[in-house]
Amino acid sequence: MAQAARRIGILRNLSAKFASVPMILTALIVYLGFSLWTILYSFTNSRLLPQTNWVGLAQYERLWSTRRWLISIENLMIYGSSMLVLSLVIGFVLAALLDQKIRFENTYRAILLYPYALSFIVTGLVWQWLLNPDLGVQHFVRGLGFPDFVFDPLSSSDFVLFGVIAAALWHGTGLVMCLMLAGLRGIDEDIWKATRVEGIPQWKTYLFVVIPMMKPVFVTTLVLITSGIIKLYDLVIAQTGGGPGLSSEVPAKYVFDYMFQSQNLAQGFAASTMMLAAVALVIIPWAFLEFGGKKRA
Amino acid sequence: MIGPRGMKPVRRLSPRNVIIYGTLTILALYYLLPLYVMVVTSLKGMPEIRMGNIFAPPVELTFEPWIQAWAHTCTGLSCDGLSRGFFNSVKITIPSVIVSIAVASVNGYALANWRFKGADIFFTILIIGAFIPYQVMIYPMVILLREMGLYGSLGGLVLVHTVFGMPILTLLFRNYFSSLPEELFKAARVDGAGFWSIYFNIMLPMSLPIFVVAIILQVTGIWNDFLFGVIFTRPENYPMTVQLNNIVNSVQGVKEYNVNMAATVLTGLVPLAIYFASGKLFVRGIAAGAVKG
Repeated sequence: MAQAARRIGILRNLSAKFASVPMILTALIVYLGFSLWTILYSFTNSRLLPQTNWVGLAQYERLWSTRRWLISIENLMIYGSSMLVLSLVIGFVLAALLDQKIRFENTYRAILLYPYALSFIVTGLVWQWLLNPDLGVQHFVRGLGFPDFVFDPLSSSDFVLFGVIAAALWHGTGLVMCLMLAGLRGIDEDIWKATRVEGIPQWKTYLFVVIPMMKPVFVTTLVLITSGIIKLYDLVIAQTGGGPGLSSEVPAKYVFDYMFQSQNLAQGFAASTMMLAAVALVIIPWAFLEFGGKKRA
Repeated sequence: MIGPRGMKPVRRLSPRNVIIYGTLTILALYYLLPLYVMVVTSLKGMPEIRMGNIFAPPVELTFEPWIQAWAHTCTGLSCDGLSRGFFNSVKITIPSVIVSIAVASVNGYALANWRFKGADIFFTILIIGAFIPYQVMIYPMVILLREMGLYGSLGGLVLVHTVFGMPILTLLFRNYFSSLPEELFKAARVDGAGFWSIYFNIMLPMSLPIFVVAIILQVTGIWNDFLFGVIFTRPENYPMTVQLNNIVNSVQGVKEYNVNMAATVLTGLVPLAIYFASGKLFVRGIAAGAVKG
């Protein structure tokens, strides 16, 4: 193919190049150019409008001494680690359950995945309603004869994140399940026959044979979940609005508020650059593993 | 003496099956519960919501909250209901889906069949770019659209959706076109067909399924978008998700939970309908995007 293309020459290939113009422009201007622009302007003291008054790392110093940013980072850590562990475990268990050659597999899968079709706004609002202390689940259980029952995570600064995590798990575990199920279906049937002949119990086969074989699926899922975690924004907006107080603030909201509400652009740029750095920390090792390995092979 | 013959009959109600089906059914009920509560709440009157519990089915069925939510509920000063957001979302989604898929499918076709020097570099930037948080690129995008005179307009938002939907869609189409037999393409080349005629006469008719997958992916994605809607449109053009959030999370007035839930169901209805109608194709869409990504 490549050789044929070379022989045809530049002019004959013009249509393909012309058709690729949107992609080239998007890659160079938006993904590369815009990112560099934001990093560059994070070293200025732009407020209402971007301007080039260089102040070095001042925005970053201010960022890392702002209480709201530190809370946002801590929240993202708690949310992120819980989401990673829980959605992988739940997603895998669901997939393993569906993989038992059961009847109605499609029905169960459709039910477990449907929340993923809904927006984070809808998800956040439903869970806000379910967790409503006066009329929601707390009210229901109290009505059953437990007047002292307390279940009000969204008004408690200690537990609000767990309310968000519950909603996010409801929304996203179906996707993880689907990816895991695809991975399980890729496992050779002979592996199962062999372990059955050997008399190895099923849970052991999953833990020590199947999961190690599914490493690529786990890595891809991990990368997907992580990039979703860092983007967390809509769900918090809908469910808690960042409250009570600052207790469910997240970095993406910090960026948005500083850029579009507090008219403190450079502070927003610095915060978004930190988000980019966090993504790079996950993506670069993964890209090396995924694509660096293939080139060697 | 003739002993038992044939295979041991499978016991349908083995303890193992009870555990599996029991667990799955309980989980399925848990996943369905929020949807059930949404619908049930939206069909009750406010007195009944205050008196009863959140899980009880409505005693006095009323569709008044739905009418309120659709046509009369207020955001800010205007009180023409969520219908405005619905039609805004339709106006945003249709052109965005068409433009983004048209651009990405041609891109994917060029990448799969007409590789030119350097194409892979741009594609790699695009794929890595898919992981960059939108927050990093959003402000320069605002400036660009302002310079082009598109900031706040529907056209601007269509451009934004096209640009940010490009990585995943291009990947989807590139992988699909690469999987088609190369002989077809070569035969058409020998017959003298060019770039566009091969695309329209050979590739398009053969790739209907992947177009359906892409449409599902984009319609749900763009319908559910909140961030771009809130940044790149003016209040009169706000999509449904943004208007919904403004209605439910407004601090003014008495909270009408039934109207709020009716509005929430209404907003979720379009993606839900697509999801249940498309079945396996939806799964294929997210898997195609996810596993290969």
